[in-house]
Amino acid sequence: MNVKLGDDSSLHLGKALSLLVQAGWESPADLEPGTEPWLQAVIDGLCDLSSRDALTGLANRRQFDAAIAREVDRVARIGEPALLLMADIDHFKRVNDTWGHAAGDEVIKSVAACLQDCVRPMDLVARIGGEEFAIILPNCPPAFGQTVSERIRQKVAARPVAIVGGQQLSVTVSIGGAFAPQWVRSSPTFWCERADQQLYRAKTEGRNRTCLDMPPLTIVSAEEKGMLFSGFGQFDPISDSGTDHSVPKTTE
Amino acid sequence: MSAPETSTPATTARLARTLAITSGKGGVGKTFFSANLAAALSRQGLKVLVLDADLGLANLDVVLNLYPKITLHDVFTGKAQLEEAILPAPGGFSVLLAGSGLVEYSRLTPEVRDQLNTIFESVKPRFDVVLIDTGAGISDVVLYAVSMAHEVIVLATPEPTSMTDAYATIKVLSTQQSREHLHLVVNQVARPGDGRTICNQLQQVVERFVQSTSGVAPKLSYLGDIPLDSSVREAVQKRQLLLELHPGCAASQGVVQVATRLLARS
Repeated sequence: MNVKLGDDSSLHLGKALSLLVQAGWESPADLEPGTEPWLQAVIDGLCDLSSRDALTGLANRRQFDAAIAREVDRVARIGEPALLLMADIDHFKRVNDTWGHAAGDEVIKSVAACLQDCVRPMDLVARIGGEEFAIILPNCPPAFGQTVSERIRQKVAARPVAIVGGQQLSVTVSIGGAFAPQWVRSSPTFWCERADQQLYRAKTEGRNRTCLDMPPLTIVSAEEKGMLFSGFGQFDPISDSGTDHSVPKTTE
Repeated sequence: MSAPETSTPATTARLARTLAITSGKGGVGKTFFSANLAAALSRQGLKVLVLDADLGLANLDVVLNLYPKITLHDVFTGKAQLEEAILPAPGGFSVLLAGSGLVEYSRLTPEVRDQLNTIFESVKPRFDVVLIDTGAGISDVVLYAVSMAHEVIVLATPEPTSMTDAYATIKVLSTQQSREHLHLVVNQVARPGDGRTICNQLQQVVERFVQSTSGVAPKLSYLGDIPLDSSVREAVQKRQLLLELHPGCAASQGVVQVATRLLARS
């Protein structure tokens, strides 16, 4: 299809439209083809297409790269905790080798749907490699990070994948995660590396598990509190008879 | 970083020795201590600034009986120049005062953080010592204010709640800010030696449970006791520096000794 422009030149849209239609795009019924709003809809459709993974419909590598750069900026400026998870399907090569690539594709699609089901609308799930996924979770406190990554792992393991021929495959994922350093301008590369290291750890520790690079814990345990006052046999800080209890605390 | 040993005028080439005063628990005497420590250091000939970093609920002005027309907030909002907000305080030191009841400054927004940092960097070359009087707790504003300083003085009292909060503060600072060395001062001490006992006790627990990011337990260096003394109450009520009202009292002597030890350990 050619669209005439104001200066009598024309745009060749045939290839673009066939790409869009193949991806399930429908020309908006309320817009006249060839008009400016319709052209905008075509461009929006192409942008969407170029940011999605064809097999799973998740964000693709390109969209992920843009999103993680934005999140690094945001964390440096706002200081909110943000988590990056890397998930990799365990023994995926075996699935392909044993059941064929069509089965492999089904497994990838099923895992993708699982990941998307387990996160909040604000989180971004991307397919960044063959059987590798990344999830960016903005404003995610450490305690929630552990819950969500474990939830994903369990949900994938509990959901058998139906493949051609009526067979059902069980698959598992290994997940590694790292929190972005707060108030510090880090880099997407460094953040991804830290999450990848945890993924590697999850793989070497036996797969089907989650490993997170947690920020250091600073909670004071009962044991620590107990030890703080354990020496008070010879030194009692409150019931000392010499204490002048009438003296109030000084003004801060 | 070395502090001048004797009376030397501040030069622009030298950056101030910077110390944050923090405690975890409120009501242990941080502001009282900051003001009187500043006075004691000034008497040694040093040019000292106290920055009230308790941005939401500041009361260094109350302790010093000052009625500032210009505060840090006017500098933050561009209504005044930094120079106008640096005020002379009784005791021979300078203060940068914050306001009270300012909810928007009780959270560490990027703006608050950048403004605080800019101000801090620009005062550093003008003083020998900058003391940062932080708010209570371990909120992000407090932790950020502490992070600006090279050294930290943790102030505790012998009360178990204060000791627990001091310990938690030490743990947070060493794990999050890689602090391997912190000063400790114990206020409201009933018997000489109790402060040292508390320091040893804290050090034992720290060695067992706390590691900085580099894997070592932080060392607490004990700067001394400030004895429980009814003169303190009187000075606070009269809104005067203890060092000026009762320079010879036990608590004043305690503060002076802390200042002397601090200068010896630069």
